[in-house]
Amino acid sequence: MADQYKPHASRDDAAEARYDRRAFLVMMALFLVAPAVVYPVFVMKALCFALFACAFNLLLGFGGLLSFGHSMFLGMAGYASAHAAKVWGLPPEFAILAGAAAATLLGVPTGLLAIRRQGIYFAMITLALAQMVFFFCLQVPFTGGEDGIQSVPRGHFVGFLDLRNMTVLYYVVLAIFTAGFLLIYRIIHSPFGQVLKAIRENEPRATSLGYRTEHYKLAAFVLSAGLAGLAGATKAIVFQLASLTDVHWTMSGEVVLMTLLGGMGTIFGPVVGAFAIITMENYLAELGSWFTITQGAIFVVCVLAFRRGLIGELEAWLRRRRAG
Amino acid sequence: MTEIFGKPLPVIMGQLLIGLINGSFYALLSLGLAVIFGLLNIINFTHGAQYMMGAFAAYFLLNKLGLNYWWAFAIAPLIVGATGVVIERLMLSRLYKLDHLYGLLLTFGIALIIQGAFRHEFGSAGLPYSIPEELSGGNNLGFMFLPKYRAWVIVASLGVCIATWFIIERTRLGAYLRAATENPAMVQSFGINVPRMITLTYGFGVALAGLAGVMAAPIYQVNPLMGADTIIVVFAVVVIGGMGSIMGAVVTGFGLGVIEGLTKVFYPEASNTVIFVIMAIVLMFRPQGLFGSR
Repeated sequence: MADQYKPHASRDDAAEARYDRRAFLVMMALFLVAPAVVYPVFVMKALCFALFACAFNLLLGFGGLLSFGHSMFLGMAGYASAHAAKVWGLPPEFAILAGAAAATLLGVPTGLLAIRRQGIYFAMITLALAQMVFFFCLQVPFTGGEDGIQSVPRGHFVGFLDLRNMTVLYYVVLAIFTAGFLLIYRIIHSPFGQVLKAIRENEPRATSLGYRTEHYKLAAFVLSAGLAGLAGATKAIVFQLASLTDVHWTMSGEVVLMTLLGGMGTIFGPVVGAFAIITMENYLAELGSWFTITQGAIFVVCVLAFRRGLIGELEAWLRRRRAG
Repeated sequence: MTEIFGKPLPVIMGQLLIGLINGSFYALLSLGLAVIFGLLNIINFTHGAQYMMGAFAAYFLLNKLGLNYWWAFAIAPLIVGATGVVIERLMLSRLYKLDHLYGLLLTFGIALIIQGAFRHEFGSAGLPYSIPEELSGGNNLGFMFLPKYRAWVIVASLGVCIATWFIIERTRLGAYLRAATENPAMVQSFGINVPRMITLTYGFGVALAGLAGVMAAPIYQVNPLMGADTIIVVFAVVVIGGMGSIMGAVVTGFGLGVIEGLTKVFYPEASNTVIFVIMAIVLMFRPQGLFGSR
């Protein structure tokens, strides 16, 4: 899948593609049998966050843009899909699409504003814009304020898949995750993704080669927003709830943490990071502030000693082994 | 009763005062961020947590050691600044050669740890801290009632801001600092200990946050999360003003506080978001910020 876009794919690239394919198969095998071993709702939650983190990683790991406001896309998409399913009575597939569309639409103006600055400013601007969206959601009537939108109907996916059945719901969520994951893989390995990486490495150089870097950055931002929205919309249907938690800045911090822990700029890192953090949350959630402290400690350890993340370190080790 | 645009004058004056108070904190906090950013090139995400620590330091000095507000005003910033020095030496100093985003991530993590630890210890409910005796009560100015403590906060904050401006722009120490911001290697080759200067600068910026916390303690309650949302607004203030100039940070801080206060009178629904809206508008027309330079 990965070698067709590059006419001169080197042996190393071929090896990478082989590695990606194998890792993907292992991951899919694990997910297919997971509900037999683990509580399916837990895996579905982790899958939604994994897609969210992959979408975020598209922007940070491959575009070099650190957004501290991705909660706005997760949360707004959740509200939009919950509203579409509950108030408009749309079937779940259209409700999810409505959510993703809402996040994409929100991504255009926020992206246009944020890409006007770089680096640290970009992070601060996205954080501030997300806080604005948070207050907006707190005040407008359609989000239900502090209560959120509750008991969202799941309905029938594409007419005949009854999502009230837990097994059906699980495999539909897995299908959505897989579609999103493969789309992100495709984007990263497309010529567009290559230009994005070039911009990450050296923006003035990319400009001098004739690329309109703002257009690429905006496209990456909007794509990332839309895919994060897909995750948020799916999450709202699974949990039958859209609430302020998903729009709050702590959620933006969490997705940064998932990506950092798993490995920024790796294909599988965000998935691993999301599962690790959601598992941890499962055990520490009752302890409230301890969860926050642990999250902070993981940030500190990752930044000081472990910048490649779990998958990044693993890949580096595999590469060393292959070379030596 | 006098009215302006259909709103009674005392209401407007009252919100204007609250705006100036908030503006004092925005100015002090964004000033600290700007000083740190100037030399270290990182955005100190821990700033909100350090502001909160200042308020807690004042609370403990009063309740454990019996030291009143004026002692806290002098000591609490030193305590908070000292913790900042430790953070810089142990952790931040390892990141200067890396992408600046790592500094942001690290300080975000430290903020989570500090806020989580304080919340674990003291819960989310606020602890009361009373206004010092000398500053309780207020004066009736005829058109409004001016509580003494609030007037003090505005004056003290302005004083600290001007003193900081003076140190950085008009003293020899400030000249070293500005030179090191431009070219640290060159300054180091003249025999100035730049790493120590960086450490002290971080400590100073953090101490400013601690001082803001002391001043905030009698106005807002002493609460583990008091800085968590404030810091996001201060980030927006910093984007609007640009981090290029000290005076820019001060003017933007006070100005936005006043605008926020007036919005509460005329269109209260937007009072939470007005600063972010202004940020968006400034980004459209002057992305480098009002006082920033490219």
